Amino acid sequence: MSRYFTEEHEWIDVEGDTATVGITDYAQEQLGDIVFVEVPDVGTMVDKGKDAAVVESVKAASDVYAPISGEVKESNAALEEDPALVNTSPEEDGWFFKLTIGDKSQLEGLMDAKAYAAFVDGL
Amino acid sequence: MLSVSVQGEALRYSRQRGRGENVFAGIAVSFGNCDLSEELTDTHPDDLPDKMVLPLDGWHRALGARMVEFAGYQMPIQYDGIVAEHEWTRRSASLFDVSHMGQLVLSGDNVAAELEKLLPSAIAALRPGRMRYSLLLNVEGGILDDLMVTCAGDGHYFLVVNGAMKWDDIAHLREHLPDEVTLQLGDDRALLALQGPQAAAALEAVVPGVSALVFMQHGLFDWGNYRLGISRSGYTGEDGYEISVREEDVAALADALCADERVKPAGLGARDSLRLEAGLPLYGHDLDTSTDPVSAGLQFALSKARRETGGWMGYDAIARILAEGAPTQRIGLALDGRLPAREGALVFAGDTQVGRVTSGGFSPTLGYPIAMAYVAAEYAADGTKLQIEVRGKRLDAAAVPMPFVPHNYYRGDAQ
Repeated sequence: MSRYFTEEHEWIDVEGDTATVGITDYAQEQLGDIVFVEVPDVGTMVDKGKDAAVVESVKAASDVYAPISGEVKESNAALEEDPALVNTSPEEDGWFFKLTIGDKSQLEGLMDAKAYAAFVDGL
Repeated sequence: MLSVSVQGEALRYSRQRGRGENVFAGIAVSFGNCDLSEELTDTHPDDLPDKMVLPLDGWHRALGARMVEFAGYQMPIQYDGIVAEHEWTRRSASLFDVSHMGQLVLSGDNVAAELEKLLPSAIAALRPGRMRYSLLLNVEGGILDDLMVTCAGDGHYFLVVNGAMKWDDIAHLREHLPDEVTLQLGDDRALLALQGPQAAAALEAVVPGVSALVFMQHGLFDWGNYRLGISRSGYTGEDGYEISVREEDVAALADALCADERVKPAGLGARDSLRLEAGLPLYGHDLDTSTDPVSAGLQFALSKARRETGGWMGYDAIARILAEGAPTQRIGLALDGRLPAREGALVFAGDTQVGRVTSGGFSPTLGYPIAMAYVAAEYAADGTKLQIEVRGKRLDAAAVPMPFVPHNYYRGDAQ
């Protein structure tokens, strides 16, 4: 399994044709206390770089973009009961949705963990 | 995603200052001994500094605050987190830097009578050391700003106005007050707010005597060699104080207050969620020139006697609204579920759009989302079932009385 990162602070785990998407620890730290997560319905087609989910913190609503295009296969039901999972476990239990990868070439240009860490250091 | 978040903050928290046509600059005067009217020259808004730095800027950054632009200043939005700071304020005491607000001093002959021409409140009836919430209104009865006015005695009145509006307010006041009234902007003063149930005990330990003040009372207190202007007031719904202090002393005072384990610093984020729970409107969001005091539910700021006598700017328009009833009303809404509705969300009764949200968020104290909205008067009664549209979804909500969380003001032992 490989993990990629975007400059918009999403992470994406790729396993075969399936990708799991969430937001990074840096992102949750910036957003603060998360009170609601709106994940896409199963069957939704999401487009790379377009809105796919919404995170509501105490202070504001923020869009989460799809790192790649694909069809949503599953969304994280645990976030409905406990949106703070995104704060406590952003890169594991607080994942947002899984999708079927439409075009693997879209993974090119995403960052690996090392490149993302350097990117965040530069912010 | 981060860029969106920062944009959201900017939308929510930053307001352009100097929107009026006449903006005054060159106001580097001391707090009590200089006639500001001599110093003022008309200046284009572009001549004002791009980014004004508040006296505690470095203090906030050293404590790890996240800074955002607000009212033209870099200000702390949070330190440890908005919810933690919010809950600490309700439980203990928090220190807020509100130095962006405009601290004005008016003095001269007949100041009270002149102010009464611009404010709908009974200013002349204010006794020294007492303060009142009031409004600057335009001729149409629209709200130019909301403010606190304090009678300091000896013909001096203090006004504390919104940071984003202070330049416009100064222009408005200067335009309509006679030259005999001196108006000074205390821009060499910082303003701190210490808020929460432990605020009185914590401040008393640093500035003895302040616990004798009651809600909406003001006094001068010595702190070392310096004199502080302290009022028992605030914007959180909790007991607490607002403290005017020379900018060169403010860091030492903030350190002295935060040395008390009951006190922690809090940012604008918690200030906003606290005032929302307290049902207190925020200028530029819940109040503006398209709203009037009656629609806004601020009739208490219209002194009873002065509703009869008139003689204040906006009176004719407000008298008409009072007689006919306001077509819209500011109400509180409690939402089902956990998804907050933000400013701008439309309010529906069935298929009919009946209003708009002006402030909204998740209430940390209540554990569900709350909002303020202006709705058509027939939908304003407590208990009315309404819906709010958020990203194409209709959220169920009910009109509820404000404050959402009870106020905890100290009105004295005989309260």
